[in-house]
Amino acid sequence: MSQSFEEISAQLKKRHRRSARMKWLTMGALILSAAFLVVFISDMVVRGWPAFQQAQIQVDVTYNEQSKEIPLAAVSEEFRPLVSRGFFRILPLRMEDNPALMGTTKTQWVIADSPVDQYLKGNKNELSSSQRNVVDKLVKQGRAELKFNTTFFTTGDSKMPELAGIAAAAIGTMMTMLVTMAVCFPIGVMTAVYLEEFAPDNKLTQIIEININNLAAVPSILFGLLGLAIYISFFGVPRSSPLVGGLTLALMTLPVIIISTRAALRSVPDSIRHAAFGVGCSRWQVVRDHVLPVSLPGILTGSIIGLAQAMGETAPLIIVGMVAFIPEASMTLTDASTVMPAQIFTWASQPEAAFAEKTAGGILVLLAVLIFLNALAVWLRNKFERRW
Amino acid sequence: MNDTTLQNFQTADETSSTSPDAGRESQSDAPTPDKGQPVTHNENIEENLSVRVRDLSLWYGNHQALSDINIDIFANTVTALIGPSGCGKSTFLRCLNRMNDLINTVSIKGLVEMDGHDVNARGMDEVALRRRVGMVFQKPNPFPKSIYENVAYAPRMHDMVSRKADQDELVERALRDAGLWNEVKDKLHEPGTSLSGGQQQRLCIARAIAVQPDVILMDEPTSALDPISTATIEDLMDKLKQDFTIVTVTHNMQQAARVADYTAFFHLGEMIEYNATKQMFSNPHTKKAEDYITGRYG
Repeated sequence: MSQSFEEISAQLKKRHRRSARMKWLTMGALILSAAFLVVFISDMVVRGWPAFQQAQIQVDVTYNEQSKEIPLAAVSEEFRPLVSRGFFRILPLRMEDNPALMGTTKTQWVIADSPVDQYLKGNKNELSSSQRNVVDKLVKQGRAELKFNTTFFTTGDSKMPELAGIAAAAIGTMMTMLVTMAVCFPIGVMTAVYLEEFAPDNKLTQIIEININNLAAVPSILFGLLGLAIYISFFGVPRSSPLVGGLTLALMTLPVIIISTRAALRSVPDSIRHAAFGVGCSRWQVVRDHVLPVSLPGILTGSIIGLAQAMGETAPLIIVGMVAFIPEASMTLTDASTVMPAQIFTWASQPEAAFAEKTAGGILVLLAVLIFLNALAVWLRNKFERRW
Repeated sequence: MNDTTLQNFQTADETSSTSPDAGRESQSDAPTPDKGQPVTHNENIEENLSVRVRDLSLWYGNHQALSDINIDIFANTVTALIGPSGCGKSTFLRCLNRMNDLINTVSIKGLVEMDGHDVNARGMDEVALRRRVGMVFQKPNPFPKSIYENVAYAPRMHDMVSRKADQDELVERALRDAGLWNEVKDKLHEPGTSLSGGQQQRLCIARAIAVQPDVILMDEPTSALDPISTATIEDLMDKLKQDFTIVTVTHNMQQAARVADYTAFFHLGEMIEYNATKQMFSNPHTKKAEDYITGRYG
């Protein structure tokens, strides 16, 4: 007895309804996660944007012997509390470097103190009402305004929010990543090549494989402890240095690179290997001339994503001391240094409102770098997907 | 070549003593009569022996895939290996250039002799062997490189050419011999995979002959191709046998009949019959071969 279309349709209705319901549910999940992302990014942009602006005021600066002794004397009493203390601190140095300035008075834009900055940005601040009047007057004259905050991108950390910048941390991140990359890219790729192309398939290699996969899931803070115990305590690598940070992150990134490289190698069809063996290639020639060129985009993509992950890592670096207060960037591998996420962490724990915007600004810079790296990975993959 | 030069095993013992290879123990290695299958050649044959296989057995783990194969492959002939799926003909083919080495679980017993050397001997380098025994695979598998590079790669790797001009010449000659030159001479630097399937397979043949091997193994070289490309490859095999010894696996009995001088019939890991192709297709000596060839199973 076959069923009529009517009977079949009646049964189908229920199935179609369920199908539609699942479609909406899955779509809802996507919308929800997209919404989280949008809210997060827009919140960060709104909070972080002010960090890229800094109040400056135009004042007369007197350069003479007296102001060299007592820098506060360089600016008239009315404006003195509005100018950043950091400006006064470097004033004598500037006069020493440039003796031609001595005995002159210059009208120039100087960085304003943080409360002025906060006042101009419409935030809560510690200015007295008379100081506010002065600032209002300056604004009317066009002598106080928010300008692009170059300081943020050119200096290191500071106790004065108006002088704090991300540059030292960015350089620290760069140095650390150089160490990480130099260590874990060659070791990771070679390990993967051995496991995929040379190693016999036996119990030992299977155990190694399982453990590498497990290693990728180990909480990163444990790698920090390992780095502390091995590199700092045992080998005496200077703590807080990009060297120890990079080596620690290399431990963490190594399994990621090994796994992604193995996946890339495995995706090379065996027919290419057979062709190469067939013309008399040795195993290494097969790998070097045929397998690696084809799998290179996959290897690079995996490695970049692994490095990007390491770049955003904070916990293991805190353990090896990379949360140091670093006012000036150092280009050596052994000096104390900090990295962007650690810098963000430091700012986040400061009480001043001005540091809150630095935190968000730092996150924006870090996000921009990470998005750039991921875009680079995608671009590399597309460009070299088929490399002839 | 003359097909009557081959006789079945019963006469082989007497004749092989006067064959050109008699000095190389072919007599003592001759298969036992109760196996009843192989045919060795007699004194009228002018070809030389290229590969000699004696009592070759092969296991994948515990599974025996080949048992006691005995076969003589003659230089400058086309030898076809036929038989139903899973009969071991491809496995046997891969024994000749030790491609089975790539599979961990394989164990091999017996003799595969080429040019007086046991290819499975400890001292035999499989890279050296594969240089003399080229291979063309079932699915065209050009390297993901340019057409030129596909051909030039192996000779350069083997240090056969030093100057760019020599290399160009070698590439042209190999492509001409593979009957591909006129189709690709204007696009040598385009990817090898941009060619059609049949062209790709001829490119693979050019790649194999570029290192000037003695033997070319072809593992069902036309099974992925259309009839016209198949015909081109078959013509090519006929031409190439002047310079090379060709051993081809085929599922297609008509193809074996068309291109092969000798045909070996495999069944369940054993070689049932090895004979001149004409003889095999007109008057096979064994019942199994006859049943297979007449399409009673397959």
